Amino acid sequence: MKEIRIHGRGGQGAVTTSEIIVYAAVEDGLFGACFPYFGFEKKGGPVTAFVRIDERKIREKNQVYNPNCIMVIDPTLINAVDIFVGAKDNSILVMNTKSVEAMEIPNEIKRVAYVDANSASMDIFGRLLPNTIVLGAFAKATGWVSLDKIIERTKDIWGDKNVEAIQYGYDNVKILDVNGGFSNEEN
Amino acid sequence: MKQRKVVDGNHAAALGALLSKPDVVAAYPITPQTPLVQHFSQYVANGVMDSTIVEPESEHSAMSILTGSSLAGGRTFTATSSQGLALMYEPYFRVSTMRLPIVMDIVNREMISPQSVWGGPQDSLTLRDAGWIQIYVEDNQEILDMTIQAFKIAEHKDVLLPVNICYDGFYLSHMTEGVYVPEQDEVTEFLPPYRPTHVKLDPEEPMAVDPLTPGNYLQYYRELHMQAMDEAKRVIKEVNDEFAKKFGRDYFGLVEPYRMDDAEFVLVTLGSLTGSARVAVDLAREKGVKAGLIKIRSLRPFPLEEIKELLKDRKAVGVVDRNVSFGWHTGIVYQEIKSAISDLDTVPTVPFVGGLGGEDLTTELMSDAIDHVVKAGKNSQIENKTIWLINDKGR
Repeated sequence: MKEIRIHGRGGQGAVTTSEIIVYAAVEDGLFGACFPYFGFEKKGGPVTAFVRIDERKIREKNQVYNPNCIMVIDPTLINAVDIFVGAKDNSILVMNTKSVEAMEIPNEIKRVAYVDANSASMDIFGRLLPNTIVLGAFAKATGWVSLDKIIERTKDIWGDKNVEAIQYGYDNVKILDVNGGFSNEEN
Repeated sequence: MKQRKVVDGNHAAALGALLSKPDVVAAYPITPQTPLVQHFSQYVANGVMDSTIVEPESEHSAMSILTGSSLAGGRTFTATSSQGLALMYEPYFRVSTMRLPIVMDIVNREMISPQSVWGGPQDSLTLRDAGWIQIYVEDNQEILDMTIQAFKIAEHKDVLLPVNICYDGFYLSHMTEGVYVPEQDEVTEFLPPYRPTHVKLDPEEPMAVDPLTPGNYLQYYRELHMQAMDEAKRVIKEVNDEFAKKFGRDYFGLVEPYRMDDAEFVLVTLGSLTGSARVAVDLAREKGVKAGLIKIRSLRPFPLEEIKELLKDRKAVGVVDRNVSFGWHTGIVYQEIKSAISDLDTVPTVPFVGGLGGEDLTTELMSDAIDHVVKAGKNSQIENKTIWLINDKGR
């Protein structure tokens, strides 16, 4: 089972992003389930969403405590929440940031995928809507769900501009193996 | 060709109700049920649903409107949660004792105080003796399928009782997963229109409904109501089997046994927490512990015969409750199980309480619970002090 934790801010579409991943997983013939952290989300406040993907029916209905993948939609969250808490060994960080050089990456993370989604978002939308760019980066960095299914659902919900954003994230994400890389092919 | 959708629990409930073609829907929004009401408004606005939708000023009014609509011969649907259900209590009881086959999904939410909006079936379990059929479900597919089945059970001539389909707030209401959506034609075939004769307001055939009734008659009505509950056990199973045959999904009727064939140590669960308990049972089996699970689906009528049969000759039983019974110092389902097996030879029983107010009942906590049950079985001791399952992850 792949477990994903998404960190965003209220209004950035973190929850809908998690639903798009589940849609893609189900369309790919897998099982998927997601839900948001149950809080009183406010615009701008930290929001967390959890996703599970598996080849068999997903039975657990709990938060994800030990993610295989951590997605960070807003770069400033790193100062607000402990994004790495509980990270499983051999896990992947997918992050909206200009640079990861100054970041301390814990040993459990073996792959870092990053894209400057804020700048790209200003170019594409003329305002800050980084989530679909990060979603494109996620599709490329993990390969867990197919890009065309992500695009299909995103087009339904948010239209063509966001398809462009996903493609940008997919094409421009920088992927680094860190901490010696994955210890096996499986991740 | 069955259609598959990726939806949350509230959307699944709305689809189930939509396919059942209710004549009247009256609902007042309350967290975590609110999106369900929103879906209905959208269906009507988009012209895909021709029900009459009433937006009343309270849950009390919602149930009262459905009372009138059902008496007028309509198929009716609503949904609520916690404080909304509490406000509805007066017409809630009246509807069951008037034998109106209304269907209401309860999106289970903790009762306040302290203030909480999160999941837990304290709301509907507290009202278990108000005469409604109460069925608790585990995932979004079961929400959709049981919302359809609920009408068929409720309107059956041997039942004629209102039905609650109960699903955990947030854990299901806001969880998104894939569900199969049956075709309208097939559902219509499965669920023919409601044609009441037992109680209705029809100027052509006048009938006195709910007059002041002396105790000897009232007692007679209560007896009939209890008989209808007994009949409902059979009907729930029949409807389950018919549904399974037609749509290919079997929920096993009143209870679902999981890995029970040779089980020595048993967990009893209800609702969405069953999922992590199944995983814990599998993990215990991998370690050679003969664990099993019983998921209670119908709490009212209570599956007395099934529980007795399933718990015969087991070494120990634990009941996981996401609710409390004040004054018993255990959960409510524990009391039900304890009563059901009171005339079996002493099976050690362990009451667990946890997951209140939307706390997670993780697989680890369920594994802890199985360990306690194994210990109780090996010591052959009758445990009856509640063990609290406390989630310290992510703290």
